[in-house]
Amino acid sequence: MSQNPHGTVTGNRGLQLEEPLIFEQGVAGRTGVDLPAAPQVKSRLGKAARKGTIGLPGLSEPQAIRHYTRLSQKNFAIDAGMYPLGSCTMKHNPRLNEKMVRLPGLADLHPMQPQSTVQGALALIDTLAHWLKTLTGMPAVAMSPAAGAQGELCGVMAIKAAHEAKGDHGRKVILVPESAHGTNPATAAACGYSVESIPANERGRVDLDALKAKLGPHVAGIMITNPNTCGLFENDIVEIGKAVHAAGGYFYCDGANFNAIVGRVRPGDLGIDCMHINLHKTFSTPHGGGGPGSGPVVLSAALAPYAPVPFVVHGPDGFKLVEEEAGEAAKAFGRLKGFHGQMGMFVRALTYMMSHGSDGMRQASEDAVLNANYIQARLGDIMTAPFPGPCMHEALFDDRFLNGSGVSTLDMAKALIDEGFHPMTMYFPLVVHGAFLIEPTESEHKATLDQFIAVMRSLVERIKKGDTQFLHDAPKLTPRRRLDETLAARKPVLRWRPAAPERQAAE
Amino acid sequence: MADRKFSKDHEWVEVAGGVGTVGITDYAQGQLGDVVFVELPAVGKKLGKGDNAAVVESVKAASEVYTPVSGDVTEVNQAIVDDPAKVNAEAEGGAWFFKLKLGNAAELGDLMDRAAYDAYLKTL
Amino acid sequence: MRYLPHTEADRRAMLQAIGVPSVDALFRDVPEAVRLKQPVDLPTTKSEIEVERALMSFAQRNLGTGSAPSFLGAGAYRHHVPAAVDHLIQRGEFLTSYTPYQPEVSQGTLQYLFEFQTQVALLTGMEVANASMYDGASSTAEAVMMANRVTKRDRAVISGGLHPHYREVVATHARHLGFALDFAPPDPEGKEDLASRIDDKTSCVVVQNPGFFGQVRDLSALAEAAHAKGALLVVVVTEIVSLGAVTAPGDMGADIVAAEGQSIGNPLGFGGPYVGLFATREKFLRQMPGRLCGQTVDADGQRGFVLTLSTREQHIRREKATSNICTNSGLCALAFTIHLTLLGEDGYTRLAALNHAKAVQLAERIEKEAGLAVVSDSFFNEFTVRLKKKNAAEVVEKLAAQKILGGVPVSRLYPKEAGLADLLLLAATETTTEEDMTALIGALREVA
Repeated sequence: MSQNPHGTVTGNRGLQLEEPLIFEQGVAGRTGVDLPAAPQVKSRLGKAARKGTIGLPGLSEPQAIRHYTRLSQKNFAIDAGMYPLGSCTMKHNPRLNEKMVRLPGLADLHPMQPQSTVQGALALIDTLAHWLKTLTGMPAVAMSPAAGAQGELCGVMAIKAAHEAKGDHGRKVILVPESAHGTNPATAAACGYSVESIPANERGRVDLDALKAKLGPHVAGIMITNPNTCGLFENDIVEIGKAVHAAGGYFYCDGANFNAIVGRVRPGDLGIDCMHINLHKTFSTPHGGGGPGSGPVVLSAALAPYAPVPFVVHGPDGFKLVEEEAGEAAKAFGRLKGFHGQMGMFVRALTYMMSHGSDGMRQASEDAVLNANYIQARLGDIMTAPFPGPCMHEALFDDRFLNGSGVSTLDMAKALIDEGFHPMTMYFPLVVHGAFLIEPTESEHKATLDQFIAVMRSLVERIKKGDTQFLHDAPKLTPRRRLDETLAARKPVLRWRPAAPERQAAE
Repeated sequence: MADRKFSKDHEWVEVAGGVGTVGITDYAQGQLGDVVFVELPAVGKKLGKGDNAAVVESVKAASEVYTPVSGDVTEVNQAIVDDPAKVNAEAEGGAWFFKLKLGNAAELGDLMDRAAYDAYLKTL
Repeated sequence: MRYLPHTEADRRAMLQAIGVPSVDALFRDVPEAVRLKQPVDLPTTKSEIEVERALMSFAQRNLGTGSAPSFLGAGAYRHHVPAAVDHLIQRGEFLTSYTPYQPEVSQGTLQYLFEFQTQVALLTGMEVANASMYDGASSTAEAVMMANRVTKRDRAVISGGLHPHYREVVATHARHLGFALDFAPPDPEGKEDLASRIDDKTSCVVVQNPGFFGQVRDLSALAEAAHAKGALLVVVVTEIVSLGAVTAPGDMGADIVAAEGQSIGNPLGFGGPYVGLFATREKFLRQMPGRLCGQTVDADGQRGFVLTLSTREQHIRREKATSNICTNSGLCALAFTIHLTLLGEDGYTRLAALNHAKAVQLAERIEKEAGLAVVSDSFFNEFTVRLKKKNAAEVVEKLAAQKILGGVPVSRLYPKEAGLADLLLLAATETTTEEDMTALIGALREVA
């Protein structure tokens, strides 16, 4: 047994159990799934029947259960504690959502069943679409995008299609604020646009005059996150929309932060043309360790005709799924994914929305904003905020308060881990030096926030006294300590490989 | 030591016999952090002044290397591709990126000398 | 509201600490004219009992594949998912965690992604795989764009045996990004000659195996033809169970494999979320889209895992990223990897053999008892049948009226191709029983 920092024979540390890879515990011939015997038939695989083995390990069911249970115990989760990742919105994931998505009649529907046999599913999509349109004040919604980033593609493709339909092929530029999430410029580039950056003003908002100076017949549109990535409402947003429209462009609103304003503001009243909604942020579908997401896009009347297939319409015999780029979808810009969208996420999101109702969703937004402002108010005297408040759903600090201490934002994050909190988002947005972006969400109770605040205050106190070594050493209490990311990138090991066979002694 | 010139994008070039050797400055490697990957131009490639000639990446950042002078690439430094850590250890020495046959020696006049570059760094 | 922990007293205390009279003051940056004074016009808060009732009423208006003989395939397949899979993916530490950007508290997610990447590489016969994509169709589009980057060419040849949705998704990206596609016509007989379409401008050839119409092909010669012209071979797999019985794409010379992983671990769920698989050769690693997990060591020298090579991705490269993708399909990838771990080599290959045997049984009975022609000269668990009636979609509706989900009419996916209107896709899996087959054949004899 190799040496381990805990001094145990096993490497285990109480409830934290070491767990080898499945490939290091598999035995040929063992399985965790019993199947009925296959009937004897004459193969019709033709010339492509597999020869040779694959190399998958064999584990029994108890071994597999133990493997994944042990792995799960190495993860932080919303279920376990406060997860204040700014811009990610780690709110409570209700278990009713999970129960509903597994209902027979929803979980076991095939996407290519005759439409007469899935009227309930189409009605559910239509109902969710109604809720999304009502909450945003927009006339149409494209439900199929698989995630926020694909929603962005959907919106920008619709913008491109709308310009082309007018015979306007000269618009080659999308404007994106400096503070934008990296997906926005990546999306514009993926649609063949070049990207020009709009500077921010000293209040952390889009500089309206700088924006106006950049507008012109070469600009296809603008992508703005609102509330923005600094956690601030773009208070010139109505003027921004008017200016973009006056210049013949379209207004893409990144809805990543819609959760701050649900029930308080309808984006449709702000003059936008399209906005994606991350169901996993605003409407509580689980993050699942990195997906799947779901990114419906609400569309203005100007862009609605270009929405991708498929979509649900009300037909004479009930709901109808329009799958072909013809008829009512003659102007559709295409198709973004196989089948009809992230139905499993639709069920969860609608369950959440019905549970909250219009009053509960408005209250949730208010509590999210209240919680962020509470953190900003209680930490504002010892940390440094780049922009004055109030903030929306997330509180932003920079690292000026760490100047001269030798401590970085990263060190603070790692120390939070030892205190049982997931770190905030760090070093984003890029426009703020050493950013701390803290999004508590409405799910956290005041007592939890007070504990978080107490931890942050104690860390800053210790830094002021010069007691900083513990920050550089953190985390110390986790299943693994800081990992060598340089080694991982310089010599990438991206899969397990069997150990080289021992060299045979020369005969 | 031969005459070495510097660009505002933190590349250096040193010319001998009409051939320029280009690398990134020690300041640049320090800003990047641990370099994990380098991509170099193809030998024979024609580069205009300021063209994107190479890529250097750390764990958290990717940066373009622009050629401070125009010319045809004659040689690249495979050693830094095989061991990117060399860029951190000897940015202004053995970890040069590529050599090129100068297209227009007059372009050197647009670059800074060591003293001017050091003064420029103080303004950042 | 049961999900909101604050009491009114809490809220008052917090507003006081902030120093504002009411929550309205916190929204003061919202222009007055657009502030909503009251909740929007939607139903108000509901109890669990009421919400359950509402959702069940949607579910009850559908005919699930669990309640009827089902022969549906065309890129989504009904398989048995072991009970352990759904139990494990609902552990909160998996379900409610984020992307593993903080590796010290995400080793669980990272280790299963490393194992997942290894499993995908093994199944496809490739050297490296990413941590998953949205679905098979978007994986395929990403594969074509990657081949364009690798070869610095911009014209892809697309097989007529590629799933029509995948064809449309690739076409949508091509239209907006501006690259060219050469579509071979739909190919029910599996007779197309793709090699003759490849020239020195071709970035890649995209071919599905088993094909949309069912054929299983040895692609080695096509790989050679592509490589001879400097093009890549992209192999698409929509039924991932097939690789337990069919030669791995990597062993046929594929350069990129794009696949749909739904069949392992994931329910049909009316089409999503699913899990896109993506694998390639090590030499193309830097051009690969999507997240990657890699092995490293921690400060104590212990083995651990991190997300790596992220300079390819949008959060660093912005407009120069390999793709705009931000997520993988984490939870679906977890279901996939757990199910495949449970199966192991033995279970996976037996599952494939069982699927093939069921499909062969079905094909033989269709030919003998229903008197219909199987068009596919080879197949794995799905094949194309030519009906006597000209309109397969009408036949399927008549079967549905008898509560039989009798396959996918090709016209549903190729509505403009009149010549394909009499073709029906039928799939069988380990869940298909002899009684199901008997019911289908009896009905087909009446209506097809």
